[in-house]
Amino acid sequence: MSVIILLITVSIIVAGSFLIAFIWSVKTGQYEDKYTPSVRILLDDTEAGIKNKK
Amino acid sequence: MSKTTSKTGVKCHYCGNDCNETFIRFKDKYFCRHDCKDEFEKSLPSLTSLPKAESSCCCSSNEATNIKIEDPADQNKFNFLDDSEIRKKIVNQNRRYNGKNVTSVSLSIPGIHCTSCVGMLENIYRTNPGILSSKVEFLQKQIHIIFDSSVISLKEIVKVLSDAGYEAKIDLHKDNENSDKSKSSQKDLYIKIGVAGFCLGNIMLLSFPEYFSGENFTDNTLKTFFNYLNILLSLPVFFYCSSGYFKSAWSGLKQKVISIDIPISLGITALFVRSLYEIIFFNNAGYMDSMAGLVFFLLLGKLFQSKTYESLNFERDYRSYFPVSVTVIEDKIERSIPVANLRPGDRILIRNNEIVPADSILFGKTSSVDYSFVSGESIPELKVAGEIIYAGGRHLGSSIELEVIRTVSQSHLTKLWNDPAFKKNNTSKFSELTDFVSKYFTIAVLAIAVTAALYWLPDINKAVNVFTTVLIVACPCALALTTPFAFGNAQRILGRNKFYLKNSSVVENLANVNSIVFDKTGTLTNSKDLTVTYSGVSLSTEELAQIKTLVRNSSHPLSKNIYDFIDTDEYYEAEDFKESVGEGISCRINGNDLKLGSVRFIVKDPDCSFKDLKKEYTGNAVSSNVFLSVNDSVKGYFSFRNKYRNGIMRVIEDLSEKYKLTLLSGDNNSEKENLSKYFNNESSLLFNQSPQDKLNYIKHLQSNGDNILMIGDGLNDAGALKQSNTGITISEDITNFSPSCDAIAEASEFSKFGKFMEFSRSTMNIIRVSFVISFLYNVIGLYLASTGVFSPLVAAILMPLNSISIVIFVTIATNFSAKLKKL
Repeated sequence: MSVIILLITVSIIVAGSFLIAFIWSVKTGQYEDKYTPSVRILLDDTEAGIKNKK
Repeated sequence: MSKTTSKTGVKCHYCGNDCNETFIRFKDKYFCRHDCKDEFEKSLPSLTSLPKAESSCCCSSNEATNIKIEDPADQNKFNFLDDSEIRKKIVNQNRRYNGKNVTSVSLSIPGIHCTSCVGMLENIYRTNPGILSSKVEFLQKQIHIIFDSSVISLKEIVKVLSDAGYEAKIDLHKDNENSDKSKSSQKDLYIKIGVAGFCLGNIMLLSFPEYFSGENFTDNTLKTFFNYLNILLSLPVFFYCSSGYFKSAWSGLKQKVISIDIPISLGITALFVRSLYEIIFFNNAGYMDSMAGLVFFLLLGKLFQSKTYESLNFERDYRSYFPVSVTVIEDKIERSIPVANLRPGDRILIRNNEIVPADSILFGKTSSVDYSFVSGESIPELKVAGEIIYAGGRHLGSSIELEVIRTVSQSHLTKLWNDPAFKKNNTSKFSELTDFVSKYFTIAVLAIAVTAALYWLPDINKAVNVFTTVLIVACPCALALTTPFAFGNAQRILGRNKFYLKNSSVVENLANVNSIVFDKTGTLTNSKDLTVTYSGVSLSTEELAQIKTLVRNSSHPLSKNIYDFIDTDEYYEAEDFKESVGEGISCRINGNDLKLGSVRFIVKDPDCSFKDLKKEYTGNAVSSNVFLSVNDSVKGYFSFRNKYRNGIMRVIEDLSEKYKLTLLSGDNNSEKENLSKYFNNESSLLFNQSPQDKLNYIKHLQSNGDNILMIGDGLNDAGALKQSNTGITISEDITNFSPSCDAIAEASEFSKFGKFMEFSRSTMNIIRVSFVISFLYNVIGLYLASTGVFSPLVAAILMPLNSISIVIFVTIATNFSAKLKKL
């Protein structure tokens, strides 16, 4: 039976890491502007633009 | 290289649209805005500097015509940005990094309206090495720029943007903090929902063995492990996710207000403490799953209710429309100072299309002043030297000089904002109905719990058990979920019908209204569409065609209306076309001198022969009549009347059956007879009302106990809109202009207004029904609890069932009622 305890512990840790990823995405403002990125992806990247993003 | 001039009838070389009022000349070609010029420039081989944006040019949008392009020659325009005090207010952040003065600034750019704008603005760093990066927020029409302030100044950045055709609208009074606050509280809510959802899912899974095997679940190691894991998972739910409810319950208690947060907090605490007690002392399954579920649903309700329209602004006052600075002339030297520093006696310079910031006297030339921001009146008023121009008017014509007679805050219009109505802040989070019900609910629940506990008192164990069970069962989750979901859904349905509410609790305010007050100009009437009538000597078709030829060349709004009024397709060759700003137009056709304009323009001496016309032009509407003369003999005049909006009279007739209707108009009473047919009685039609009169009248109505809905459009209604219980602004173009209000209605959909009111009332009825349903659940729960059947399994079924069924009922019922009303 102890294997279930181990499995549940591991699965909660995995799920928890997704929760942390979600919290990080909210905190970095990924849900603030839900429209502009859909426009931005349609615009061609220029070489200078790529360099600038780096 | 390029220059902006004013003339019409020119088509944009790039996009083919008509260039309205302003266009840019570049390399002998005409362009309607700077993007088009730039796009064209790009297509020229050697000049290319900016990336190729999409081929859909900005001009394809109708809005483009509303975007003003300032004369780039106005180099001094942004000089106020060099003022360190002003700069401090605009710049968000300034720090040193890698030897650079990295500064970030957020500017509002109303001109952003299509995808290629994003492409343009996010590439402006290529035009200047000082600009490090820029990011556009499309819906908010904002740009965030990070720049090196040791290389480029804020003023230069604004100029770069302005040269690209994107005028930044600088508003020092914009409450950055407020929007930051709402942003961070929204983030907070997302995280809380994430955490609560995570915990709920896991707790549910860990509780399944208990539900399904019941008494047979005897493996003690596993049972203990699951139970303690549940405690661990419920800790963040209790201490973090539900902290908002505890806080607001506590602050409510301190102010001696019983809100719905109190029974919610009691329920959550009872669930948590009872579960801890059960698990630690008896190793029984607790009610952690019910608690996490409850908190999760409550937070979802909050999210559903917090719908906001990002592109709309409901909190603007006059300062958002007034310029930040104004050019003052002192000893023939021009310099710009912030408008707040204007003193009576200052000489100011107002250029074409600028707004007069304070009441002042006109010097020298004439001006035609467009008060459409203020009153909704679209016909510009002609002012001559010595007349007072009130603050808020937009000057059309060549630059004028004015002497300020009152400070900005004491001007005719703006002193309205000193009224206490603008100080009050009436924001209640939950609806009044919920607060009212929950007050009695809380008292009843506490009374039942205490009586039950007293009944069992000698047996303390049993008494505590009963006390907590009552609190758990009676937790008003359904009560607390009903309003957010009903209002949130109603707000979305109204939003689909182009009626935008500031927040969802406006639905309840609308339902409580018993008296509606209308503004006339711009609200009942359509400010863009005018009825033209001609009186005087009758004209031949040939003459009419000549007039049409004449007005075709002019961009004045009245010319456009005359152009639409004359129904002919013939045109003549016009010579010698002249347009005197604010006076009139003239040209020569087939040897005839045609003149069209104000009385003063046509008849040099107002006492001249034309006796029968004279009576007309000394009347009220003289400033808006356009006179016509051919070869210096006056033929007659065109007069203009505002047209009522399509279907508005039917709306008023429908509404007059259920509501007290009043009309408050700033105009004269020429329309009184026409309107009295629709309004219940003549005493409810009030004319010649100043902005302050309007506000006072609303106060007067409220003192009789009426619940007022004010519908207006201009800044002169701002006081009345604020004072009334609910203020609605009606607007042709919702993103453009609106004074502060509770809701914005798009003019085209306003004929549905009666339905909106009915819908908000039926939403309130739906809420009442669902309150009854949730009480029934509570009665069942209390019955089960008192007969001792209440177990974790019953709680796990009953509580989510209660919440979910209420949410489903409310959503379906509001959608159904909207369908019935064809919304």
